[in-house]
Amino acid sequence: MRNKAKQQDIGERIKNFSEVSCGYSNDQARLETERCLLCKEPLCVKGCPVGIDIPSFIRLLRENKPEEALRKIKEKNNLPAVCGRVCPQEDQCEGRCILNKKNIPINIGALERYASDYGKQSAVGSQQSAKKNNLKIAVVGSGPAGLTAAADLAKMGFLVTLFESLHSAGGVLSYGIPEFRLPKKIVAEELGYIQGLGVEIKTDILIGKTFSLNELFEKGYRAVFLGLGAGLPQFLGIPGENLDRVYSANEFLTRINLMKAYKFPEYKTPINIGKKIAVIGAGNVAFDSARCALRLGCEVSIVYRRTETEMPARIEEIENAQEEGVHLQLLTQPLRILGDDKGFVRGLECQKMKLGEPDASGRKRPLPLKDSDFVLDVDTVIVAIGQTPNPLLGKAESRIKVNPQGTIFVDENLMTSIPGVFAGGDIVTGADTVIAAMGAGKKAALAIDNYLKNQVKSAS
Amino acid sequence: MFKIIEKTNLAPQIKKIVVEAGEIARKARPGQFVVIVSKESSERIPLTIADLNPQEGTITLIFQEIGFSTRELGLLGPGDSIQHILGPLGQPTDIENFGTVICVGGGVGIAEIYPVVKAMKKAGNRVLGIIGARKESLIILKEELRELCDEFFITTDDGSLGKKGLVTDILQDLFTSVEKSTHTLYPNRVYAVGPVVMMQAVSNLTKMYNIKTIVSLNPIMVDATGMCGSCRVSVGGKVVFGCVDGPEFDGHQVDFEELKKRLNSFKEKEDSL
Ligand code: FES
Repeated sequence: MRNKAKQQDIGERIKNFSEVSCGYSNDQARLETERCLLCKEPLCVKGCPVGIDIPSFIRLLRENKPEEALRKIKEKNNLPAVCGRVCPQEDQCEGRCILNKKNIPINIGALERYASDYGKQSAVGSQQSAKKNNLKIAVVGSGPAGLTAAADLAKMGFLVTLFESLHSAGGVLSYGIPEFRLPKKIVAEELGYIQGLGVEIKTDILIGKTFSLNELFEKGYRAVFLGLGAGLPQFLGIPGENLDRVYSANEFLTRINLMKAYKFPEYKTPINIGKKIAVIGAGNVAFDSARCALRLGCEVSIVYRRTETEMPARIEEIENAQEEGVHLQLLTQPLRILGDDKGFVRGLECQKMKLGEPDASGRKRPLPLKDSDFVLDVDTVIVAIGQTPNPLLGKAESRIKVNPQGTIFVDENLMTSIPGVFAGGDIVTGADTVIAAMGAGKKAALAIDNYLKNQVKSAS
Repeated sequence: MFKIIEKTNLAPQIKKIVVEAGEIARKARPGQFVVIVSKESSERIPLTIADLNPQEGTITLIFQEIGFSTRELGLLGPGDSIQHILGPLGQPTDIENFGTVICVGGGVGIAEIYPVVKAMKKAGNRVLGIIGARKESLIILKEELRELCDEFFITTDDGSLGKKGLVTDILQDLFTSVEKSTHTLYPNRVYAVGPVVMMQAVSNLTKMYNIKTIVSLNPIMVDATGMCGSCRVSVGGKVVFGCVDGPEFDGHQVDFEELKKRLNSFKEKEDSL
């Protein structure tokens, strides 16, 4: 049987922002490791975007050596405590696990988390970096892509400075993913590890505004990695979207996670919500928003134009949200947001949908049902229909080639149209997972290493 | 950490601080702003850069204590530090030799027209300044501006200084008298910063005379890097982000009614602090 980590009681957890999953106990972890077949040709590793040697770390855990297990993971993954918590393992390592054929894949995520939570005391700082080579590299953006690139480059011996525009580092790990899925203490520990590798983190610097890319080169940086993320919130373009109490998911989550509005008035950033919230969209960001709103004491509906099957969010998150009392308002398309005379939301006008033939994305196309308009009784609306790449740098630096979809153009080595400037993660692919961005960060670190080696070679 | 090296009370509840922020001082241009976080628990609030000294590496911020966050900032004095300052943000003011430019400042907005007046003058414009406030004690920077402007007017609601009335009264007088005399002195551009109602009134007036008018908006912001949309405003029927597309927009295109409503989004909460 697959061991499930204990979770905080539903009745309790909807009243707090503490982590939902309590993680494995020692016994659970051992039991789970004993189920692993330690395959000779492990498929799970192929499913991991950063190629963690999964059977080896599981074996080390089985031998009760969490520190060594963690060190093994950290050979490939700089943020295991994060990944163990937020990776969609069902689509990656666990999806490939041979036991998944019987629907009982090893709970690799929980084990990864266990290894990082229990192995961290001695593993932090014990990572030996290569001899420093005195070549300076600037990494822009401290989300998963930037952190990974920075850590890998530091391990290779480069002097890395990580620039972040917000006042705390971590990118989406800090402003986006809520405390109850990813405690900020864990993020701080991972950042501490990366600083321990010699990476210098500079917050409050917006590249493109505080410094241009040219200025970075003038300051002696030999290469730049752009891990800018997909930060531009999308709106529906329906009437009423600028009413008060209509938020983009980004704004809602940033206020709550980064600015800690859930601790208002201890923290001074407010969030103004009513009693009944509609969250439009059905991805992880929508569910994160919905579950935050629930914890602030609201009645919450997810409004989605297709059905549960087509939802892009992780199944685990959908289940958690439903258990907690989030209502799914399916086959529903918002038409306009209704406001009162003071400019606040008083309702969401919608129409009913049915599913038709599959569209280009392979998902069934939602079609409107005639005369099915109705008004959802809500006083707050959160728009969570996706984010596109952050356009700020592309606008500030005309030499950066930007694709029509807003992503930054890169070649097969992740180099942008400016020599020595690399990019990866959501800014290149559009919104994707934490681990995919980390994979890109790794690839970019290697590419930068190669690029600089070639430069040194041709110079001598 | 950004150290405050000087602090002056300009008027009741209007304070001026000079802060060490070398990188920003070297980079900033008129019309740009910074976001500050006074303490770890504070809000991120945008403040226009009122002046800067690239040699000394300092920027000057002038703010009115209108809510909790500005009051909290007002408690800091020389030697204290502001935890975080990000900038320079937003698009700089479009500065060139337009001919005649009228700069209108209301309340603490007077501080925001100061760097623009300076730059417009330097670019060779004939600059007319009009500033206004409720009463004499709230008028700031009058000597500095008088010095820079070719013609300079003050209004107060209660008549305690300058002409009794609103900045738009002067503006109206100017348009009328100029029209009567010579068109060579007709303003080519109006630049207005102040309370939303003032910017709206100025824009309504200049629209009748078809004079291009730039206003600097102050929507509610969080990140101020284009990530959240808290600062969205409607300009010419399109939704734009005040922090990255602005803060300056064509006053004839701005939906001021919507902006007023959006500025009330958090009022109740903020008043509770
Ligand atoms: S303040 Fe967040 S997008 Fe402008």
